[in-house]
Amino acid sequence: MKVVLEHLTKIFPSRNKKDKNAEVVAVNDFSLEIPDGKLIGLLGPSGCGKSTTLFMISGLQEPTSGRIFFGENDVTKLSPENRGIGLVFQNYALYPHMTVQQNILFPLQNLKGENRLSKEEMLERATKVAKLVQIDEFMDRKPSELSGGQQQRVAIARALVKMPRVLLLDEPLSNLDARLRLQTREEIRRIQRDTQITTIFVTHDQEEAMSISDYIVVMKLGVIMQTGKPQWVYDDPANLFVAKFLGSPPINMLSGKVEGGALYIGNERVLEVPELEDREVYIGIRPEGFLLRANGRLTCKVSGIDVMGRDISVVSTNENSLNPVVRSIISADEIGNAEGDTARFDLKPHKVFLFDKETEERIYFGEQVAAHEKIIAQMKAEGQDYVTHEGPLPREADDRSSSEQPPEEKKGILAKLKGLLPKKREKAADEQPEPVEQPEGQDDKE
Amino acid sequence: MDKKKNQWKAWLYLLPAIVLLLVFTVWPIFNTIRMSLLKDYDDLAAIGGATFEFGFANFAKVISYRGFLTCLGNTVLLTVITVPISTMLALLIAVALNSIKWLSKIFQTIFFLPYVTNSIAIGMVFMAMFSMIGGGPTTEPVSIGIINTIIEACGGTRINWVNAGSDYWSNMFVLIIYIVWNALPFKILVLLGGLQGVNKQYYDAAKVDGASRLRTFWRVTVPLLSPMIAYVVITGFIGGFKEYSSIVGIFGESMGPVGNPGSLNTMVGFIYDAITNNPGRASAAALILFAIIFAVTMVNLYVSKKRVHY
Repeated sequence: MKVVLEHLTKIFPSRNKKDKNAEVVAVNDFSLEIPDGKLIGLLGPSGCGKSTTLFMISGLQEPTSGRIFFGENDVTKLSPENRGIGLVFQNYALYPHMTVQQNILFPLQNLKGENRLSKEEMLERATKVAKLVQIDEFMDRKPSELSGGQQQRVAIARALVKMPRVLLLDEPLSNLDARLRLQTREEIRRIQRDTQITTIFVTHDQEEAMSISDYIVVMKLGVIMQTGKPQWVYDDPANLFVAKFLGSPPINMLSGKVEGGALYIGNERVLEVPELEDREVYIGIRPEGFLLRANGRLTCKVSGIDVMGRDISVVSTNENSLNPVVRSIISADEIGNAEGDTARFDLKPHKVFLFDKETEERIYFGEQVAAHEKIIAQMKAEGQDYVTHEGPLPREADDRSSSEQPPEEKKGILAKLKGLLPKKREKAADEQPEPVEQPEGQDDKE
Repeated sequence: MDKKKNQWKAWLYLLPAIVLLLVFTVWPIFNTIRMSLLKDYDDLAAIGGATFEFGFANFAKVISYRGFLTCLGNTVLLTVITVPISTMLALLIAVALNSIKWLSKIFQTIFFLPYVTNSIAIGMVFMAMFSMIGGGPTTEPVSIGIINTIIEACGGTRINWVNAGSDYWSNMFVLIIYIVWNALPFKILVLLGGLQGVNKQYYDAAKVDGASRLRTFWRVTVPLLSPMIAYVVITGFIGGFKEYSSIVGIFGESMGPVGNPGSLNTMVGFIYDAITNNPGRASAAALILFAIIFAVTMVNLYVSKKRVHY
């Protein structure tokens, strides 16, 4: 089931009655097409609106404007139980008074009319799902008697037992310890491959998203910053935020300038960029983008060396670095090129990203232009939109209360409609979701 | 050395509490047991040096009183009827209060009013509301209360609820309404607190799982609240067996409508009545009441251990 989000916007009204402008735009004009049967990671720092997006897809929160399609069906107005979704909550929300089996059976017992299953069918379905997530031996236990990872799997089983068309996972791994996290993310990947259910999961952990997603969607302040396969987004970040957010160890940011067709860091000429005009730039260099050379162009002061087996991590400082240290990962046999505490690096051009100092947008140069176009073409070929953020960045969280929404975001008919929306709906959407009685016979028939 | 010194200090700090407990709790309990076992115990005579026959005569006497059986019957009846009703109502009201945002503060205040109002005062108001002064089968009453006015306005015939000549079940009906209403605030308070402690995600999960409102209530809300419900039921039973002031409030110290005193008396009422004449018998009755409450609470705890879910 393909999921299409059209101009989704969610505005939470101001809590402070005196200051009407203090409303929070949690998700801002979010448009995305999620292909059938893929695992999508919504990735971003906390407060970027990723969970709100997920809850809007689930139906637990109503969008302020915009539409949601499952396949060809507009589900924007459907209540959660009629959407055919499975949702796994961050803290699992397993009913503590029910056994594992009762928890898994609960969604089936709520089915009505012709969808209603016999007791035997329910048990069979529950057992099948429990086997899939490998918790069938704990069926009679209460959630409190299970480990975090097992609870997680019960939650997934409960979400899957209704055979949802879309599986939604809200920070599914954040409550697990590091070892279980690795194991469980493989598990989620396996379950998703086995079931081929379109899966959307939310995380703030870039490594987690990169490792299991087919596609990732990087968000910031309610806006999509970039979409694509994890490797593509890593190799070809569209803006400063994405470059900084992805990668471990993180990208090194330096300040520099383009002058006379060359890139300067301080007064060192580090790269030739003949086609670029003179300007001030931010320079992002991936740790693996350094080559330690006796006569390298960028001079850094070495403050520490970590040997990590085959590779060596050189921690050094440069006065133009925006981070406290410049962290580079080089091959072990290059280390001989260092003299005393001075390291001279040459840079790999495809690991160096330039960003406009004003807009923080990427400036492509040299072979990057062709590589970028190739990635866009590949995404098109796979039926995925290449979405990045254009125009000024959304206002930062701390000046939300003072500034109005950037006017660039409000354009077209949709924005006008948004202005016409009755206030009542926005208010209703903010209130705690209450259990809504399922209208008889409105069940979605697949 | 140090340890001993500290222990001495600890006892010193505990002393005020221990003294108070000894004087006002331990000694009265002990004294009650002592008095209950001495036949025809009398304080003055005891001071004068009289000795009393030791034995269970007080208990035997108390149980053989017809009045005692009436009191026990009334008490059990009131408790068994009012506790389930008030618990159910309190649960419904708490759920409703928890789900409305609009005017919820005002409703909370209204429901909590009885909690901060003197129960004798409430009883007098009830008396006035249900009253019908004068008026027999042939004569018109001198004045009637608001309840009878409403009944007549709706086309019913007025009922002598609480005044002279009223029958037992009318009296009981008024008492039950009074007690339920009076018991609601505390129960609502506890259950509302419990409801507000329930993680909202369970409701989101139930919604995604397609549970109807009713099913969510029975399968999610009630089990999650079961510890609170058990608490409210147990304290309700304990309070019910100690019912007294409501009857005084409505019917006065005669513990019954005019012309039929004592017909609505309860266990605690019986004890009060006996105290002045025969403290030994009052003590025996108090111990019997204690035994009953203890037994009922044990049963309650046993049941809730099986039914309270976590």
